[in-house]
Amino acid sequence: MSLLEVDDIAVHFGGVKAVDGVSFRVEEGEVYAIIGPNGAGKSTIFNLISRIYELTRGRIMFDGHDVTKLGAHQVAPLGIARTFQNIELFDHSTVLANLLMGRHLHRRTNFIQDALFLPKVRAEERAHRQRVEEVIAFLELEAYRGKMIAGLPYGVRKVVEIGRALAMGSKLILLDEPASGLSVEESQEVAYWIEDMRRDMGLTVLMVEHDMSLVSQVSDRVLAVANGRMLAEGTPAEVQAHPEVKAAYLGTEVAA
Amino acid sequence: MDFLQLLVGGVANGCIYGLVALGFVLIYKSSEGVNFAQGDMMMLGAFLALGFGNADQLGLPFGVAVLAAMAAMFGVGYGIDRVVVRKIFGQPHFALVILTIALGFVLRFVAGSLFGYTPLVLETPFSGRNLNFGGVIVGLNDLVTIFVTLILTLALWGFFARTRIGLAAQAASQNQMAAYIVGVPVMRVNSLIWGLSGVVATVAGVLYASKGAIDPNIGLLGIKAFAAAVIGGMGSLPGALLGGLIIGIIEPIAGRYAPGEVAVMSPYIIMLIVLVTRPGGLFAQIHAKKV
Repeated sequence: MSLLEVDDIAVHFGGVKAVDGVSFRVEEGEVYAIIGPNGAGKSTIFNLISRIYELTRGRIMFDGHDVTKLGAHQVAPLGIARTFQNIELFDHSTVLANLLMGRHLHRRTNFIQDALFLPKVRAEERAHRQRVEEVIAFLELEAYRGKMIAGLPYGVRKVVEIGRALAMGSKLILLDEPASGLSVEESQEVAYWIEDMRRDMGLTVLMVEHDMSLVSQVSDRVLAVANGRMLAEGTPAEVQAHPEVKAAYLGTEVAA
Repeated sequence: MDFLQLLVGGVANGCIYGLVALGFVLIYKSSEGVNFAQGDMMMLGAFLALGFGNADQLGLPFGVAVLAAMAAMFGVGYGIDRVVVRKIFGQPHFALVILTIALGFVLRFVAGSLFGYTPLVLETPFSGRNLNFGGVIVGLNDLVTIFVTLILTLALWGFFARTRIGLAAQAASQNQMAAYIVGVPVMRVNSLIWGLSGVVATVAGVLYASKGAIDPNIGLLGIKAFAAAVIGGMGSLPGALLGGLIIGIIEPIAGRYAPGEVAVMSPYIIMLIVLVTRPGGLFAQIHAKKV
């Protein structure tokens, strides 16, 4: 059984078929990339997994659970974390507070214990803080720990969002264009982080990305989509060499 | 002496405005709209306490009656969100405004049909007693009002800064999408906040009722409290309290030293001045980004 099984999913907004019959499987410990031109439906696939959009058709299984039956807040407890293309952070809070919010599901103390700030609460706080500090060290965010999100440079906010996803302690992490808007050096750093996530943290990574050099460097397998449909799946080299993928990227009309 | 006397009364009044303004801010932060029924929730809370506690009604001990009214109004707030507000989720802002104005009328009607329209007096252990502090006569109810407001403010601060639910509510108010993906049940949290604003409204209502008779139209005080919330910056809990205090203090002073109608107009004049000079309110949450 694969960790993530996406079967024939589709979503139609009115007459627009944003995603139409996409299927793929992501194995545990794998880095799997979805590529495709703008408007291909890549982020929509993420939003279907996150239950932000309702499926028109199809099924998504994660770790033996049917994701399609859940509410948007019930996806995280299964062990799925994610980032957004347009960065969704808690803008009026500090970097540290944002990362700690990633630990929300792991807070076990109740209302009364919290209100009284019992020793148990303090011990738990310390454990979460320690986990978050590991993430801060990993992503080299030390200098920004106490800074408000609003006012931080784009690249840093992007990293904070990855940090929040890592703080969640999930099995699968969805990265939506982690390198977009970043400099070449910053993208390279993202590539190293993704490799570490898999190797050292045992994470499975599903990412949407435009930057083909990043994709080739870190991905085991790649799925190319265009106009909501699957074009090709395989190793980065295979997919890049696929004639329909080339055509889609060059803007030539693809025969449906 | 005269001035001190006015000041204490003004601060106490301001606390009540501030508490109702807190209700406005709570809803504004969770549902991104203004709950114009906030004043009427205060009114209903006061009447429920009266219904539970007064000797000719259910006759429960005062403390029990207030707690029961708070619990009932938590249910009313929670229910309003669950049954009505959630249904218009995603609609333009004015939908919530119209809806809550209508809701206000409904609450007034409910109170009117349960308790009638003649003014009634809530029996409290602290009404109508005065303390003399070296010539300054202070109503015991005013002192209780100030004290209770302080406690409630601290409790709310603790709730939002410390507890898991409070932090989740803060997260949901800052970014719903982000809250969802870290596992916050945003809809349920919003309903809880509506319930909480019902509780705060009840406390304000009981304190208001400790000063005199109440009838189903006292909810119109909500308009003044709305001005207080705007002065404070709408998105800020401390701002709401400060806005309430400003209005509460200015009103009696204007009534004493300024001609005729100035006292009545003063809350709105202050609101206009604040809006013109600091459009984001005194505690503006959104600061212009410096480049």
